[in-house]
Order: sequence, then C-alpha cells, then structure tokens
Amino acid sequence: MGDGRKSETTRRRFMAGASGVVAAGFVTLRPAQATPESMTAAIRQVTGEAKVQPGKVKLDVPPLVENGSTVSLTVSVDGPMTAANYCKSIHVFNEKNPQPNVAAFHFGPRTGRARVSTRIRLADTQTVVAIARMSDGSLWSAKAEVIVTLAACVEEL
Amino acid sequence: MASALVNVPKKAKRGDVIEIKTLISHVMETGFRHTTTGEPIPRDIITSFVCTYNKEEIFRADLYPAFAANPFIVFSTVATESGTIEFVWQGDNWFSVTQSARIVVE
Amino acid sequence: MTVGLKRLAPLAVLLAFAAIAAHAEIPLNERRAGTADLAPETKAMQDDDSANPGMLVVLDGEALWKAKAGAANQACADCHTDARASMKGVAARHPAFDARLGRPVNIEQRINMCRVERQQATPFAYESKELLALSAFVGNQSRGEPIAPPADERLTPFRNAGRDDYFRRQGQLNLSCAQCHDDNWGKRLAGSLIPQAHPTGYPLYRLEWQAVGSLQRRLRNCLVGMRAEAYDYGAPEYVALELYLMWRARGLTVEIPAVRP
Repeated sequence: MGDGRKSETTRRRFMAGASGVVAAGFVTLRPAQATPESMTAAIRQVTGEAKVQPGKVKLDVPPLVENGSTVSLTVSVDGPMTAANYCKSIHVFNEKNPQPNVAAFHFGPRTGRARVSTRIRLADTQTVVAIARMSDGSLWSAKAEVIVTLAACVEEL
Repeated sequence: MASALVNVPKKAKRGDVIEIKTLISHVMETGFRHTTTGEPIPRDIITSFVCTYNKEEIFRADLYPAFAANPFIVFSTVATESGTIEFVWQGDNWFSVTQSARIVVE
Repeated sequence: MTVGLKRLAPLAVLLAFAAIAAHAEIPLNERRAGTADLAPETKAMQDDDSANPGMLVVLDGEALWKAKAGAANQACADCHTDARASMKGVAARHPAFDARLGRPVNIEQRINMCRVERQQATPFAYESKELLALSAFVGNQSRGEPIAPPADERLTPFRNAGRDDYFRRQGQLNLSCAQCHDDNWGKRLAGSLIPQAHPTGYPLYRLEWQAVGSLQRRLRNCLVGMRAEAYDYGAPEYVALELYLMWRARGLTVEIPAVRP
C-alpha cells in the first residue's frame, strides 16, 4: 500500500496542477488522505471533549522503517490491572494513511497487563498517536514520528 | 485454507500473567487500492478479534485497513484456571475463524 | 617497437586483471545472507515462528502433504512418510539433475512431477497458493542445513549458463545481476540496502508483497526492474540462474521461510 499509493497520489497532484477540470474526475475516485485535522476528529470520536493528558501510555515504534506495509508497534500502560484501577482501552491513530484509525484494543482486569504488540501499515512518513483510557475515565496520550523509507526495487506487475 | 497460529503456554502458575501470540492468514485489502486498469478493489479486512477465557471476554481488538496483512496480535491474560482460551476473528464478506487452545493452571 | 610493447605489457596485464576483478565472485568468507542486514524488527519476525507469516503457508503445506490427491488417491505422506526425515536437506540440494528430462529441475518442478506422475493429479500453477505452500513446507524441513549443491557433472553446463546470464548486461538499464549484487552489495539504492542476493530462504515472506513468493517471482522482479524482459515462470533460464545462485550461496544456512523487506 505504501509505494503504490504514493505514486498514485503524486500523479494525482500532478494532474491537479496540470488541469483542475480533469483532476476533479480523478480526485473523486479516491478518498483524500487523512490529515492532522481528520486524525484530531477521529481522536475526538473516542475521547469526546474530555481532556487528554500526555503521559502514562507508551508507544514503541521504530523511528525508521524498511517498508511501510509492515511496521512493528507496541502500545502499553504500565501498572497493575485491578478491578478498581485498570486501563480500559488503547486507541491508535495516524495522520497520513487514507483513514486516521489504525486499531483499538480493549482490556479488563483479567487481561493482566495493558500491553499489545502488532504490525501496522503506514503510507508515508508521519506521526502515530496512541490514546489510553483508564477505568477512572482519565485519558492519556503518546505520539511518535516514523520515517518510512522508499524502497528502490519495488515489484511492477 | 484460512489458517491461524496461536501460541499459548500449555501450563502456567495460577495468577501469572501469560503472553498470547496470534497470527492469521488474511490479505487485509484496504479498499483504497485500484487495479492497473483503474477498477477499485473492494475492502476485505478483518474488523474484529475477540479472545475469551472459559467463555469470559479478556481481550478485544477493532481492526482497520491500516492493520498489516496477516494480522499479528500479542497480548496478555492472567492464568486464573485450567480451561479453554478461544479466539474469534471476524470481518468483511462473512469472514469468521475460530481457534482455541487448552491451558493447564496449577 | 619492441620496447613499446614491453612497456604496454604490464598495462595489458593490469587491464586483464581489472576485467577479472570486476567479475570476481564474493569470497566465501565474505558471503552473507540477507538476514545479516535485516532491521531488528524484521529479524525478530523471521526468528519467531509464531510471528513469521511464512509459517502460515508452511502449515497450509503440511495439510497438503497429508491430503490424498489425484486419480492415484495418494498423499505425499503415503510415499515419503514423515517429511521431517524424508525431506530434510532436499531443498538445500535443489535444483537437481533429472536424468529422464536431461535437465535440472527446481523444488517446485519436482513437486509438480510427483503430483503428475505419482498422484496422477493436475500440476499446480507457479505462484499458486498450493505450490508455494508445499514448497515452503518441504523447504522448511531443510531449515538450519547448509546449502549443498550436488556435485553432479551433468549440472555444469546448466550452471555455467546461469552464471553467464548472471554476468550478462541486459535490459534498457543495461545492467547485470553482478553489477548490483557482486560489485555494490552493502551500498544503498534509494532506501534499500543492496544485498548479496543469496537465495537462502525461498519461498519467503516479503513485506513489500505482504505475502509469500518464490525465488522466480523475485528474479522476475529484478529483471523487470532492469527493464529487461522477464522469462515465463518455470523457464529453463530461471532454473539455470537458480542453480548458479545456489552454488554461489553454498555453505550458507537454509532459512525457509525467511522474511525480507
């Protein structure tokens, strides 16, 4: 998804520059990519108007990745998971994929540890955001910059 | 041949936090791609993953197109009692795969 | 005149040496599989069977190995029994010479020969899920074994043809395989490291493909990248190249299914 999509986007931008009228037809074919604004909107869907504080949640993602189609990611909130106090969920967002949502993970006291490792897709160099919701309703955030390098010899079919 | 690979410790001590690894075969077609002739390729993704331990939900994930192909999810649970840990992946086009593993808790 | 020639002689020797040096193969002790240069996350993915998506394909292959097929209603396992014993080292020795065909066959072709002749079933298409699965399963039985091309004289002309192809400049970019993978390995082409191109892990899971693919798919990928005409899957040219590449990688460890960016 990384490289193929990128070249489409570049071509679309070129078309847009060359002729607004022709470009309009192309633009409607594909959704606009997510933006920092659409990421903020997606985050608001989860948090509502509640205050989100930086901290508590950890987001581990390599700063430089070989291929945006498979990016290792670990999110976690340290601390015990008790019935009285636990991490309810961690939500992951990005700003430049076609869609701002990446994943949401839901926990309970029986999860034992609020920590998930997975693999995600990043279409381009961008910021990834994680938001954690605790059982007391508090919201915490972390963010990371990821550089997605462009491969030289991509497969052409 | 939709196969899934789950890795659950066969034995654990009561109260221990154990790690569970899951991997499932799926293209996770984003719905944002086009064929070389410009036809849109429809979205075909897994949208939800649920893990239950003796029927009680202990972990759940919502997946979006930004999830990498062949979804890999590592999470934890507290070894409470011997029994069955069940995994259910569901998604577009009525995709549904269930897998389970036995655990002995001492 | 004679003095002139004598003066030129060292230069001629030097030029000849330079020509050889440009075509020198990587010394055995400098050979490294792509694994050595993987990002830590990608390496971890290859090393952990429960994280390596290639293992899903190996599992599919195991199911096929045990499934009865064709008019003969025979499973691979009916003849070859336990693959852990019978298939160990097999992928490390392929391509191998087939006396009846009078040419080398790779592991995919060997599987299809068994399928047609023994199981009396239709052969699997190249890059089909089934053929990738069975070749990954058979290949996985050689994991940890050194690549050991057979010392079979009959293979020599085919290996030499593969070698010639490897050193031949081709395509609109007028490149040879050797110019990247012998002369410039370790350097970068855009964001990618140029590897030595040892086929230690095929079929392998490629992050770019988001799937498992064969060595021939990768070779096709390279040829298209050089703007050269790719051969059809199963073409003798590919098998010859495979033969040369496996010889070039002799002694390196089989790591099927590998993971590469």
